[in-house]
Amino acid sequence: MNKSGRFTGIFFILPSFIGVLIFVLLPFLDVVRRSFTSVVAGEWVGLKNYQVIFGNGAFQLAAVNTLKFLLICMPILIGLSLSVSVCLDKQAKFGHMLKSVYLVPMAVPVASIVIIWRVLFHKQGIISGLIGIFGLDAVDWMNSKYAFWVLVLSYVWKNAGYNIVLWMAGLAAIPDSIYEAAKMDGAGGWQIFCKITLPNLGKVAYTITILSLLNSFKVFREAYLVAGDYPHDSMYLLQHLFNNWYRELSLDKLSAAAVIVAIVITLIVLQLGRLFYEEEPRNKRQRRRFRSS
Amino acid sequence: MKRKLIIILLMILAGLICYPIIFLISGSFMSGQELQANLKPLLTDYTDAYIAGGLIPIFPTLKNYVEILMDSPEFFVMFWNSVKLTVPIMGCQLLVGVPAAWGFAKYEFPLKKTIFMIYIILMMMPFQVTMLSNYLILDKLNLINTHLSVILPAGFSTFSVFIMYRFFSDIPKEIIEAAKIDGAGALQVFRYLALPIGSAGIISAMVLSFLECWNLIEQPMTFLSDQSKWPLSLYLPEISPGTAGTAFAASIIGLIPAILIFLAGQDYLERGIMASAVKE
Repeated sequence: MNKSGRFTGIFFILPSFIGVLIFVLLPFLDVVRRSFTSVVAGEWVGLKNYQVIFGNGAFQLAAVNTLKFLLICMPILIGLSLSVSVCLDKQAKFGHMLKSVYLVPMAVPVASIVIIWRVLFHKQGIISGLIGIFGLDAVDWMNSKYAFWVLVLSYVWKNAGYNIVLWMAGLAAIPDSIYEAAKMDGAGGWQIFCKITLPNLGKVAYTITILSLLNSFKVFREAYLVAGDYPHDSMYLLQHLFNNWYRELSLDKLSAAAVIVAIVITLIVLQLGRLFYEEEPRNKRQRRRFRSS
Repeated sequence: MKRKLIIILLMILAGLICYPIIFLISGSFMSGQELQANLKPLLTDYTDAYIAGGLIPIFPTLKNYVEILMDSPEFFVMFWNSVKLTVPIMGCQLLVGVPAAWGFAKYEFPLKKTIFMIYIILMMMPFQVTMLSNYLILDKLNLINTHLSVILPAGFSTFSVFIMYRFFSDIPKEIIEAAKIDGAGALQVFRYLALPIGSAGIISAMVLSFLECWNLIEQPMTFLSDQSKWPLSLYLPEISPGTAGTAFAASIIGLIPAILIFLAGQDYLERGIMASAVKE
């Protein structure tokens, strides 16, 4: 592309970039500055705000819960959606219809979900009634340690369809010829899945991990509308804490925490990318080895 | 045999996924007494029974809908507020997002990779991280407690740029080169090639973006202190003995636009989801 092409490109992205600068990037620099100053006098306090939040009990609770939530809900969602996709992949007729059904929860507004959740997870609710059939005692789901699992469930319910669509796109992209070759070599179903299907899904796996992470932050909406500012301790997430600090105008703590979370997310995005890209060549080698053996 | 078993399992899963929605729909058609009887444990301190999860109204009625549509002016205000937020946000995303996606997809310029990476990282940030940044600038511009405080930051969303970028990247270079040889300028290429060929991508991005806008929770809650400006996504009806029916009906009315867009744009939605995958 010639020199004028450069300016044309900048011209096309400029309106969007200016908006991003004004509404996010520049004010974020101000947040970084604030994270090193005190909230009232605005004087330089060095790393004090960071020390304060790391020593803060609410921050520790929220950070541990958020991390625990991510580590539990993401593998469940990713694993479940992968197994459903593998099953759906071979069902041409039902496959498309069922895929649509799985996507429906994506369109259900949070406020509607909240009503359903109240009815399902009330102490005398439908779920308690169901387990009552098996002689188990009623559980007050939202006000006990199970609240965390209700959150995991609602995350999986909402995002399974999204991930199934992605996995199926990944599965469809694997050429049939590789499967044929493996079958000719006498590979069994499970062997084919481990040695051909999985390695070939590397790139899709990267995307799905990133998007599952992105969507996991949105679970706060349900959590907040169902349980408010101070839910059961087991589901008190970083988002609750940020929200409460914002309301209390603890801008010093809020800005330090925002900087930390921003750094963590940036590192995760960059790291995940590297992880999956580096694995690519190894997978190709494996495939070759499998074929030659 | 194994195949049939798998299909049955998948069907059961689909049923479980849809059960809550069907329950909500059927509840919205139940009469006050019927719903009250079903939800008795939720409405009172009654603990000898469980909430009934029945799906078929004994005496179907439209009374709940009539009530919410006739007697609840605040419901209309909120519905209208949702429209007043959603339409400008999507308009803004089209106006600045489409050219940006085209610029990233088909032009080379200094720092392009870095800027695009920043876009991807920003699209990953939960609202709470940028909440304070947004607040600081919106406060400076005196926009707090106006609809613009929700519209402007969302209008410059980098997620829709990313989705459209994926579709634009798939347009072969040869077509553009051919148009240029025929004397088309950059704007003409954009108007007569990019827009029509990339329209699927634009629609996909807009379907995803609609579902997002119709569901805004944190932004209006944080930046709009005046509840009369709140959108429908924040309409949380009380489930009390007298109002359970209208609560169900209200949540169904909020659901309708999203489901309509979902049904009409389902292929685009799927393509949009696929485009959100990082391929390079």
